[in-house]
Amino acid sequence: MCSLALFPAPLPDGQTTLCESNNELLSGSDAEERPKQVRSTQPQASLGLWFDRTADRNYQLTYGGYVQHHNPILLFKKASYPELICNNSAVSFPPAVPKCLSVSSGCTLALLQWVSSFHGSLFPHLTVSYFFLSDCVVRAFAWHPHTDKFAVALLDDSIKIYNPKSATTPTLKHRLQRSVAAVQWKPLCASALAVACQNCVLVWHVDPCSLSTRPSSGCAQVLSHPGHSPVTSIAWSPSGSLLASASPMDTAVMVWDVAAESCVPLQRVGGGGVTFLSWSPDGSHVLAPTPSALFRVWETRMWTCERWPCVKGRCQSGCWSPDGSRLLFTVQGETVIYALTFTDAPGSPGISTGTSKGPQAAAVVADLSETSFNTAHGDVIVGGEIQSLAWDPRGERLAVLLKGDPQAADRPAIIAVFKTRTNPVFELLPCGFVQGEADAEPRLMQFHPSFQHGALLTVCWSSGRITHVPFYFLSAGVPHFGLSGSPLLPRPQERCSALANQSLFTEMIS
Amino acid sequence: MADCSAQVICWRAAASIAWAVLLLPPVTAVFVILSRFSLLHPIHTISECFSLLTSAGAIFSLILLCGVILMVGFLNLEYYTVIPTIACSKIALLGQLLHPRQFVNSSAHCIMGIIVAWCCAVTIGGRYETIGYPCTHSDGSTHMCLNEYHLILLLAGAFVGFSHSLLGVIHNMNFVSFHTVQQYKYLRFKGSLPLVVKCSATQALYSVRNYVVVYFFLGYIPKAWICKTLNLHLNSSIHPLDSIAGLLDLSLLYHLWISATFLLFTWYITLLLFRIFVTEVYNFPVQSSFTEEAHQCLPKVLTDKEPMILKFLALQDLALLSQHSPSRRCEVFSLSQPGGHPHNWNAISRECLSLLADLTQRLVAYHDTVATNGRAKSLSTGSERKTSSETSVTSGTEDLMSPRPTLMMKTPASVFARSIVGGPQSPLTAPFTPDLDSPFASPSLRRLTAPVEQCSPWHGTVQSPHVMRRVPKLWSTSTDSQANGSPPPSPASVASPQQQTSKPSLLAQFLQNRKEQVKHFLAKRVLIMYLFNKLPEASSQALFADSQAHIWALEGISYLIQASFSEDQFGVVQTALPSILSCMLVLQEAVDRHFKLPHASSKPLRSASSMGDPTYKTLRFALRATLKTAIYRITTTFGDHLNAVQMSAEHRKRLQQFVEYKD
Repeated sequence: MCSLALFPAPLPDGQTTLCESNNELLSGSDAEERPKQVRSTQPQASLGLWFDRTADRNYQLTYGGYVQHHNPILLFKKASYPELICNNSAVSFPPAVPKCLSVSSGCTLALLQWVSSFHGSLFPHLTVSYFFLSDCVVRAFAWHPHTDKFAVALLDDSIKIYNPKSATTPTLKHRLQRSVAAVQWKPLCASALAVACQNCVLVWHVDPCSLSTRPSSGCAQVLSHPGHSPVTSIAWSPSGSLLASASPMDTAVMVWDVAAESCVPLQRVGGGGVTFLSWSPDGSHVLAPTPSALFRVWETRMWTCERWPCVKGRCQSGCWSPDGSRLLFTVQGETVIYALTFTDAPGSPGISTGTSKGPQAAAVVADLSETSFNTAHGDVIVGGEIQSLAWDPRGERLAVLLKGDPQAADRPAIIAVFKTRTNPVFELLPCGFVQGEADAEPRLMQFHPSFQHGALLTVCWSSGRITHVPFYFLSAGVPHFGLSGSPLLPRPQERCSALANQSLFTEMIS
Repeated sequence: MADCSAQVICWRAAASIAWAVLLLPPVTAVFVILSRFSLLHPIHTISECFSLLTSAGAIFSLILLCGVILMVGFLNLEYYTVIPTIACSKIALLGQLLHPRQFVNSSAHCIMGIIVAWCCAVTIGGRYETIGYPCTHSDGSTHMCLNEYHLILLLAGAFVGFSHSLLGVIHNMNFVSFHTVQQYKYLRFKGSLPLVVKCSATQALYSVRNYVVVYFFLGYIPKAWICKTLNLHLNSSIHPLDSIAGLLDLSLLYHLWISATFLLFTWYITLLLFRIFVTEVYNFPVQSSFTEEAHQCLPKVLTDKEPMILKFLALQDLALLSQHSPSRRCEVFSLSQPGGHPHNWNAISRECLSLLADLTQRLVAYHDTVATNGRAKSLSTGSERKTSSETSVTSGTEDLMSPRPTLMMKTPASVFARSIVGGPQSPLTAPFTPDLDSPFASPSLRRLTAPVEQCSPWHGTVQSPHVMRRVPKLWSTSTDSQANGSPPPSPASVASPQQQTSKPSLLAQFLQNRKEQVKHFLAKRVLIMYLFNKLPEASSQALFADSQAHIWALEGISYLIQASFSEDQFGVVQTALPSILSCMLVLQEAVDRHFKLPHASSKPLRSASSMGDPTYKTLRFALRATLKTAIYRITTTFGDHLNAVQMSAEHRKRLQQFVEYKD
């Protein structure tokens, strides 16, 4: 088992992680020095986008490819469903209304309120708070699975698509595109982007060759089903044929046939709604945790499910190994990472049907309990509850977002990165911490699905900045299916110079 | 002909009917409770219901209902189709509704509706129970009088049965669609049950509303007739029911509605079970070591044309095995033991490619007859087609009987084509089949499209010059149809061929001119235009009616190619790769071109709740998405290796767009 004690100490304030090279994480001090350093060492390290809602300038180009962007501030209160009901019912009646009427209406409202107070206990999924409506300007982020473009959903519910190969940055806006919680590109397709909205799932078809910056709402397909709202998570099947959507307020997972706009609700008793969805990269399983201490793993051949009751809390997050055989997940209130192994990995010869026996219990693979590090600026405590997990598509780096404590200064939210190895035995090795600027906390993270030279972790920070942290390494295992099998260049310095003229993003001047 | 496999369908239908019969008693019990429930005496009602359910009358009516379910199941099996019939104009729809086969269906449903309603009347009891009752006249003599409550219920059953059968044609309820999400039968049934309840309740509501209106106006006719035949009298002291006061009886309306719901629910359940059972995945063996079983193997069943459902099941199985089952894929890539030929792969890929090529040809032919504004293109393109595609134009009857070599799959041109026995159809359907129903085609267009029509398969077996000569086209549109306020007949129709190559005499020319005048005259009449106008996007739907097969073919072949990258030991796939890629790219081009036509890319309206499966309306979108995904699947798998594949420069350019994710 791996623990945080084996990690190198976190960086001091002002230092940010730039990249991994030669098996160590490199860091830079602050923004002024960075362009120089970038040019000399790793080109992709500091290129990124910066959505800043305090700046009152639109699209100002700063050095090194930073883009500042102003957005109207929409602050959403974190509120649970019963609270909303209570707020609605606290209506004061105008004095003109007769007294008996107001009294009787008051009684009715009180009764309704009393009945609605049972909602939470009867239906646990209704008490889930909208945790996704955070203060971060970036709501959701998604890399295209095959190319270098990505989509960013902002707080004002617009979505921007950045593509290094084109000068236009399409902005997607739609009447129904409200409280965007997730975006995901359709695999094996150039143009389709699914967006989880308040009442529906929108599937945008953004022509990559089009020069229009505002695709019309006619380009979007609306997938809605009564009772299925708010949609907070979506997942495309890796073959691109189906789209699953889930809502914490709806017990059913919807599996959409997007072209036909028809859906099949998958419903099982118990657990309440579904908090998020994760489709295994081989397409054989879907992870669907519920707001209660129970999560399900759906098998996608006949759509049956395994129930996995947790002891302590609900399943907080999970991720799949690239071959779909291993599931890592974390549980709310615990500081460990569990692993489940599914033996019926497709591709293994001899097994004809995918209905073999699954695992019996989850094993603990890493312990991330609080550990204090001695740094020059005093002790820093790292560890605690885990917010999310991300595994790179080659299965060599695992990023773990630790929640930290926003009140305590010495307990920052931080990303811990593990090196992972699946053969011959599953192993986690410490790699290091990824840190941003002083006050920025990581909110979202995702690995680039087809980065050629290792792994590229994209982090959205609470300051509105999006940075990319590349991890340069030679793949230990066999070249991953679908990626280019050509060997990487042996020496990192040469590799860097080769990469220097290959920009990942266009610098935008407007 | 795969007999054993064909039997599978019958067994599945039998199993579905058996389940429907088994479900009947609980459904009836729920109906009895709902129909006799009174809020004031709940306990009393329930005990009464129990005693009723065990009585001899109830058991007799249950047996009758079982008979009805058996009949409904049989009709489902007889009338189902996997390729929907799409009426391209109002007149074609009318033709479908008036077809003798449909007439048999409707009258059967009518009779079954009466039987179910009679059972309902008996179980509800009370004032509904008998048709006659003794009554005393004003002069003191007793007669048997007509119980109008009984009659209204029986007629309601007939009406609901009839309208169910008509709606079945309009909504293509006999169309059986295959689901992309595979589920076990029980779970699928459970998932669809709420929809069935909702559908039957709303449909019953609409039917009862229409029925009440009809009965209000025409109720006296059956009443008088029944009285005359059964020698019953009308009780003049009781208010007649075909009046506003008589029909505004809430309890009567409730009983009508609940009976109609019960009737539709049992029928819908039978239909639902039939669909679920028949579309279940069937595992065909890829190869067999015994020659007697060779005809049941996947490559053989794929190439069979009849029955169509088996071909669909085989294609579905192919799509699933290529995706999920490495061991069965291994069999596909294997070589034959003596000889070392990849027979399995060859047969499968050939069949898939011919399906795709067929669709391409169909799309190209359609596009050539239709310019984007609905007018015909220049004559030259059409005549080019003529030489390439058609050889057997003049062979009238033989043509009707023999399948054309160019057509791999024919769309049965009407509902009435049984998909089990897809033999030649009666010429009666000919004027009402899609696309050739619109006679508003100018003679030049007709001449132009005549050969093309022969190679466009959606006319299938019906369209033959022999038939068409007997049903001459009467009129054609001219541009003044637009002046009429009606939209121009959008994609110009493919009209009948006129094969007589006799020289036009003076008399014939005179007749021709008169004909044109008549056409002009009729084209200006609103009703005629209404009947003959093309429904928007219907021809597009008809073109892609059987596209589920193409979707599976595309999926199956692309997954097989993806798997061949690592699993194909003998390299059997590599030889076919250039032809498959070019086939897909040509189809992609044709589909892209088709979607530029008006109405082709407009989405159909979402129908609220109906038992008819609307998936056929969106098949063209599904096909487009699947085609792109299939090409992307191949390009992402092979990447730069595709440069080694031989293909034309144009195709390479197109493929490069896919490699760069720019399409």
